[in-house]
Amino acid sequence: MKSLAELKAIRDRMKGQVDVREENSDATRIVVGMATCGIAAGARPVLSAFSTAVQERTLENVAVVQTGCIGLCQYEPIVEVYKANGEKTTYVKVKPEMVDEIIDQHIIKGNVVTKYTIEASKLG
Amino acid sequence: MMTEISLNILDVAQNSVRAEASLIEISVCGDTKKDLLTVTIKDDGCGMSEEQVKNVTDPFFTTRTTRKIGLGIPFFKQSAEITGGSFEIKSELGKGTVTKAVYVLSSIDRMPVGDMSQTIHSLVTMNTHIDFVYTYEVDEKSFTLDTRELKEILGSSDFQNPEVSGFIMDFLRENHGEVSPLAQ
Ligand SMILES: Nc1ncnc2c1ncn2[C@@H]1O[C@H](COP(=O)(O)OP(=O)(O)OP(=O)(O)O)[C@@H](O)[C@H]1O
Ligand code: FES
Ligand SMILES: [Mg+2]
Repeated sequence: MKSLAELKAIRDRMKGQVDVREENSDATRIVVGMATCGIAAGARPVLSAFSTAVQERTLENVAVVQTGCIGLCQYEPIVEVYKANGEKTTYVKVKPEMVDEIIDQHIIKGNVVTKYTIEASKLG
Repeated sequence: MMTEISLNILDVAQNSVRAEASLIEISVCGDTKKDLLTVTIKDDGCGMSEEQVKNVTDPFFTTRTTRKIGLGIPFFKQSAEITGGSFEIKSELGKGTVTKAVYVLSSIDRMPVGDMSQTIHSLVTMNTHIDFVYTYEVDEKSFTLDTRELKEILGSSDFQNPEVSGFIMDFLRENHGEVSPLAQ
């Protein structure tokens, strides 16, 4: 049975590190819709994939958070990205496989992945 | 409909989060002799009036404003009842809510339990201001994750730290694996 002992070693390594994920206004926010319809459509692995991707790349000013209903059931799973400058992008029918591309292109390089946005989905 | 019981649990626990609970207790308890799987979600959130409780199992009842019907509770209830099991909600305004679903393990209509590690990991790491006690039990074997213990050891609730987050996931995966071969 795995115990909590290892956590003590982790705590010692964390000492001195500041908690960089505190709310701060220049942070990018990745918001995943986790209402019933979102969860049923597959939002849980999408949320996990974003958390993991952000942690793996140690992106310090990016917060992954969940929200309830976004009001657009037919497009779930929905992910909204809010940049520090107020720009909002809505990605729809998001799958875990899209997450690396959204992180690398949009979050890191600043180029919206247009093909996954709600606007593209409405055209297609 | 959900495809896994673990997704129902995640969804119903979101109700507790919205009810501003400070402690959410979740247990998944399999008893192979009785052939039952009991899922309990208990919170100390805002609770509901008698009238509300009567209405929640009706898919046209919701207090949120973006959609006219609530589906979470009706889905959960149906998933248990179609196996020949049972469902109940007990709630008191200002005190909290207990939601309990009992499944007949061997029923062909029982959904798989699914990925409980991912459900608990996302609840715990996404709601660090809330305490969670999660117990998974099959017959005589069990394990518990109590985030109050984690917070005490860490001296913080920084579960989004990559190492801590990874540890919580490993803890859940390993201990689920050791407790049981409960037919997923
Ligand atoms: N644990 C709880 N504490 C307080 N109120 C609750 C709780 N669980 C459910 N409720 C009330 O019951 C209503 C119906 O819940 P249900 O999960 O069925 O639908 P919903 O959460 O409104 O929408 P969704 O379909 O996204 O789940 C909620 O809107 C809420 O008012
Ligand atoms: S109910 Fe579907 S997006 Fe909210
Ligand atoms: Mg709900």
